[in-house]
Amino acid sequence: MSAVATAPPPPSLPPPARPGTSFRKHQFRFGSFFFSGLTGLATFVILAMLAIIFGNILIMGWPGLSWGFITRGTEQDMFDVNKAGVLPMIVGTSARVILMTIFVIPVGVITAIYLTEYAHATSRFTRIIRGAVNNLAGVPSIVFGLFGLGFSISFVGGNLDAAFRSSNAEPLWGKPALLWASLTLAVMTLPVVIVATEEALKAIPLGLREGSLALGATKLQTIIQIVVPQALPGILTGGILAVSRAAGEVAPILFTGAAYYMATLPHSLTDQFMDLGYHVFILSTQSPNVERTRPILYATVLVLLLLTLALNIVAILIRARMRRKMRMLH
Amino acid sequence: MPTTAPSTRRSIGWMGLKRGHKARPLEWVAEKFIFLVSLSAIIVIFLIFLFVAREALPIFFGRMNSSLAGEVIPVEKMNTMSDKEVMAYLELTPQQFKQLDKEGLQALMEVKVETKKELSTDKDAGVNTTQWRYMLFPYQWTGYEKPEYIWQPISAIHKYNIIPLFIGSFKATVVSLLVAVPLALGAAIYVSQLANPRLKEWLKPSIELLAGIPSVVLGFFALIVMASFLQGAFRYESRLNAVVAGIALGLAVIPVVFSIAEDALTSVPRSYTQAALALGSSKWEAAWKIVVPAAIPGIFAAVVLGFGRAIGETMVVLMASGNASIMSASIVDSIRTITATIAAELAEAVFGGHHYRILFMLGAVLFVITFMSNFVGDLVIHRLKAKLEGKR
Repeated sequence: MSAVATAPPPPSLPPPARPGTSFRKHQFRFGSFFFSGLTGLATFVILAMLAIIFGNILIMGWPGLSWGFITRGTEQDMFDVNKAGVLPMIVGTSARVILMTIFVIPVGVITAIYLTEYAHATSRFTRIIRGAVNNLAGVPSIVFGLFGLGFSISFVGGNLDAAFRSSNAEPLWGKPALLWASLTLAVMTLPVVIVATEEALKAIPLGLREGSLALGATKLQTIIQIVVPQALPGILTGGILAVSRAAGEVAPILFTGAAYYMATLPHSLTDQFMDLGYHVFILSTQSPNVERTRPILYATVLVLLLLTLALNIVAILIRARMRRKMRMLH
Repeated sequence: MPTTAPSTRRSIGWMGLKRGHKARPLEWVAEKFIFLVSLSAIIVIFLIFLFVAREALPIFFGRMNSSLAGEVIPVEKMNTMSDKEVMAYLELTPQQFKQLDKEGLQALMEVKVETKKELSTDKDAGVNTTQWRYMLFPYQWTGYEKPEYIWQPISAIHKYNIIPLFIGSFKATVVSLLVAVPLALGAAIYVSQLANPRLKEWLKPSIELLAGIPSVVLGFFALIVMASFLQGAFRYESRLNAVVAGIALGLAVIPVVFSIAEDALTSVPRSYTQAALALGSSKWEAAWKIVVPAAIPGIFAAVVLGFGRAIGETMVVLMASGNASIMSASIVDSIRTITATIAAELAEAVFGGHHYRILFMLGAVLFVITFMSNFVGDLVIHRLKAKLEGKR
């Protein structure tokens, strides 16, 4: 009996873990350390590059930023460090972005409503619409510029001029203008608004819709009075993201409305305008003396970056809050 | 009996629209209106292709002629020509034509005669450079020792070889992907698999903030800060080159690749990871041997869409690539990309002229390239999602 009890355990079994040793420590392997380190390093490098760009622009741009710089026009030389201002560019960029919002929000929101509320999720037709939206998001910005020139200016504008103006008059519509730049940007940001709105609409619990329908409301009433109000934060996020994307874009407006220099602020839809992003491009590539104009260049970049990033951060915060709220609703 | 049970399938009506509320005309009108508006994305894609390609059609069909030889019309004959003929002969737009009086036109005619006389000694003057043969293959121009690929639209003889531009775009894109893909994929794996949830909530928006930096700012940063720094560190010849442009372009591509790859990795069911962990694998083994292989199509799609973003980006390469159309294999030489060429030259090209149309042709080609990459990327993601959701 005792011989059996003292027999050694079969050699194939691994030694049991000593009590008190944590599972994690036991599992430590070089591969784990290496792999986590490498992927963590990649994350760190990206964040470091982000920090370097922000830090550099903030440190170099801050001294050049003053109340006068923001509120002055360009009556004087725009390359003169002491007299240059960015007011016309801020006005121009704001004008084209606000106008764009008026075009893109209704179309984007209605498309998203169709996709989530009406369309059959798996039908081929819905998939084509979704494919077109995704594809639109990937069209290069310069191609939008070509589209604006070929379609808006030369086709629509040219025909408007031919129809309503005498053949000897200067073209009114068939030239770069605020209107065409805004339209081009609206086309470009359409997917941003659609995707954000769709996400917001999908997050609304089905029960809310069913409750409304059960009380006798029609589908349209349900959408207008229940679904859209609930999705407003999401629609707002989409709008803000579209604005921040459009505010920094330069390529689509190169041929459709941005001006190198304008003596006055734009005061009608057919005027050209000065633009913050385009001004950054001009200051950094066409300055007569890069070293001398560096302070205003950095200050202009800082204004543009603050504008787009502030919008981005607001959108991220609204979205995070919305997601938390929706999680509680479900 | 089951056969008598009413069908539970809802009628989806015409083109996916649900029927119902037929008695209410407003509902019906609203439905139809919403449906029509939702077609906007399709219509816009179609219009973009139509109108960009429309301007380029004469190039595709070889109907443009940039030959400078032509017949010389003596100045005196101007009176017998119609306005249209004069305009075509002097290559003027109707606008420019209107601004000129008779004397101005006569002066232009004289200049034309002179230039034609000068050019007639050059054998290349009679060449129609907008033919595909001259746009795609090397040609030995007067004064050159061997056949070469040359893009020189503003020179006396317009040389429109598009190969150097494609090489330039290719170089910048490859460098940007070499920078962006490892970093973005590493970060995507870390954020989706290894980081703890609280850290993840901070990391993801921070990396996506990179997408919020306007490309003109990235271009500015590459031009003003990075170019000098890299030249100081590696001591190459030209300050602006494919590497500088490629790295800056990489910064624009990182958020695209990161978002899509992270999304694909997150959509792999948790049960895969849990099963691997239960079988005794470590966290990284589960990530590397189970989750990453399952999400490979998504990662492929991320790279393809990143490629589409890189080849279509304009401002970064316009500012940081040096814009010289040099044919060379070195990545520290200046490059001129397709997008930068369109952006830089379209404003100066004569409206409706051959230069203008060739730039639109480049735009149409670019559109087709990005359309294909978007299409492939989208299809792969769609299939992957369907597969993973089916298995869940």
